[in-house]
Amino acid sequence: MTAGQEPLHFHYDVDGNNFTSAGEASVQVKRMLRQMGFHPDLIRRISVAMYEGEINMVIHAKGGVADVYVTPECITVILKDVGPGIKDVKIAMQEGYSTAPDNIRALGFGAGMGLPNMKRYSDDLKIDSVVGVGTTIEMKFLSA
Amino acid sequence: MTVRNLIERTGYEPLLLGDDAREITGGYAGDLLSWVMGRAESGDCWVTIMSNVNVAAVGQLTDCACIVFSEGVRPDEAAVNAAKTHGLNLLLTEKSTFEVCAEVGAMLK
Repeated sequence: MTAGQEPLHFHYDVDGNNFTSAGEASVQVKRMLRQMGFHPDLIRRISVAMYEGEINMVIHAKGGVADVYVTPECITVILKDVGPGIKDVKIAMQEGYSTAPDNIRALGFGAGMGLPNMKRYSDDLKIDSVVGVGTTIEMKFLSA
Repeated sequence: MTVRNLIERTGYEPLLLGDDAREITGGYAGDLLSWVMGRAESGDCWVTIMSNVNVAAVGQLTDCACIVFSEGVRPDEAAVNAAKTHGLNLLLTEKSTFEVCAEVGAMLK
């Protein structure tokens, strides 16, 4: 693959009814990027950030879709849901802030670290959220 | 120290061994999965009492060398099955999380 080429595109449906299968898309992306020979640290950043996004879609939005675009220089992950939206993105970005219900906390999530981890691991994070309409998150990861 | 060495030296029960030649380079303890994903590093020995299927996904995504279930906790069947697919190493012990950390930490010095 050379620079300037059309990015490879992968599409995944994130099942909102099955909390236990959340993470399947991230695991598949991890495997695929490994086959393509990307650096393990980059792969780890991408798959963890994407997993957090998947979990968020399952907890808050009854699922959604994930699209991954791959070029040699940059991997872009777009997560889109039609959930309740985020009222205040600034507050949601704070470590420890969570609106997850108790049953989710019992599973080890809902620590309020999802969005902070996505920011921490991506090179660029854009959140486009409208209350009552849904949320789209775009994360970019630079391979250089 | 490999996962095999750890088992030999501590007596932790191997529940599942995907690759016991895997080198352990560090450690992390925690049950809140996002904290683990944010802090654990590749090659870590992860000590936890969280036992559901998401543990397998987090273990795979963080690329930890092994997961030690402390305090007598056993992962559920779904977690073990998922871990099998990912080729993870799962170990069991009755020891407390603190004891495991102290023990493994001393061996990594």
